[in-house]
Amino acid sequence: MSEASKGWSRNEMAARAAKELQDGFYVNLGIGIPTLVANYVPKDITVTLQSENGMLGIGPFPYPDEVDPDLINAGKQTISELPHSAYFDSAASFGMIRGGHIDLTVLGAMEVAENGDIANWMIPGKMIKGMGGAMDLVAGVKKIIVVMEHTSKNGDPKFIPACTLPLTGRNVVDMVITDLAVFQRPDHDSPFRLVEMAPGVTAEEIAAKTTAHYVS
Amino acid sequence: MNKIYPSAEAALEGVLKDGLLVASGGFGLCGIPERLLDAMRDSGVKDLTFASNNAGIDNEGIGKLLRTKQVKKMISSYVGENKEFERQYLAGELEVEFCPQGTLAERMRAGGAGIPGFYTKTGVGTQVAEGKEVKVFGGEEYILEEGIFADLSIIKAWKADETGNVVFRKTARNFNVPAATCGKVCVVEVEEIVPVGSLDPDAIHLPGVFVQRIVVGAPYDKKIEFTTTREREAV
Repeated sequence: MSEASKGWSRNEMAARAAKELQDGFYVNLGIGIPTLVANYVPKDITVTLQSENGMLGIGPFPYPDEVDPDLINAGKQTISELPHSAYFDSAASFGMIRGGHIDLTVLGAMEVAENGDIANWMIPGKMIKGMGGAMDLVAGVKKIIVVMEHTSKNGDPKFIPACTLPLTGRNVVDMVITDLAVFQRPDHDSPFRLVEMAPGVTAEEIAAKTTAHYVS
Repeated sequence: MNKIYPSAEAALEGVLKDGLLVASGGFGLCGIPERLLDAMRDSGVKDLTFASNNAGIDNEGIGKLLRTKQVKKMISSYVGENKEFERQYLAGELEVEFCPQGTLAERMRAGGAGIPGFYTKTGVGTQVAEGKEVKVFGGEEYILEEGIFADLSIIKAWKADETGNVVFRKTARNFNVPAATCGKVCVVEVEEIVPVGSLDPDAIHLPGVFVQRIVVGAPYDKKIEFTTTREREAV
């Protein structure tokens, strides 16, 4: 298990994703590691977080005496509002998402393919919970960042030549951040390029744990 | 004109029958029509299809009608955190149509706006696109999704005036607006009915034209799925 201690932690992966934020961005963060990205927004920029259940300007978790059942995020957790917050209905919310008005989304994934396909909503044979807003987000948001472990619990690569699981979106991913490396592509016609490696991780190790083709 | 009914049971009188397609508002347990769902359960109406983002949780929200096996089909984007749902679904007792969340909201909005179908890029190249028409606009593929035309809309709001102009509170608005518009009859339960003239006409979230029946549902449980808080900084 000594190998498992190498690479980036969940928080470090979130911090790496936060480097992609720019001043004025409207951003939707998925559940899990992506939610942690909010903790690493650089102090000198303004980023507005969107919650697809109908809010712009997500504030921090409320103080215990300010918990409000009418104020939750898409993960159904209680949150608070900010002075610039705005509320709207679900149709307007996904109008923003589908219409290309959200600059960036950070999502988890079970598989990403070398052509930018993503699978993160169902495993055949297991109970299906549904895709929620993930298909809308990957179809409509300007930049899609996936944050995921480099390999599955069984050690199988998750960045692979073609997804084996049912897709969430086709040719939509712009950047993949794992515990070992960062892959990026400038547009949806280009291959992914290995642009960063976590401290202590070698190019050989990444190659051994990645079956997707990428430019190194 | 009187849109105000004395109870949820009265507000649903004459509109309930087996096999209805019902559009229901709410996201998780936030902004769900609690009293109307209770009244539907108590009425014994069955073989219902619900267009609703979620299916409630065990014995909350639509979960109450799942437990009594009054639901035939769900049209939803996410149905986790619900063991009875899972049991019925895996046993083949319950039909589920998974619909991406934004597509579901737009299908309701479209139905309410008299639009039978629309093209969207959500779901292109996925299972959601199977059996649907694909059309190319500007070199990109889109799939045809159909508007939802419900028999009945049940929603939860914060306040209504006596003519049915409605305002919601914070993120409890969610699916309530599109769901309200797509039903032949829309029944709204509110925390408070206020006199005409006391709501700002510039700040109405759902105009009264969409609302046929109003009932006060208070007092409310307003259950929270995940209470998350932070500590107050030491002074």
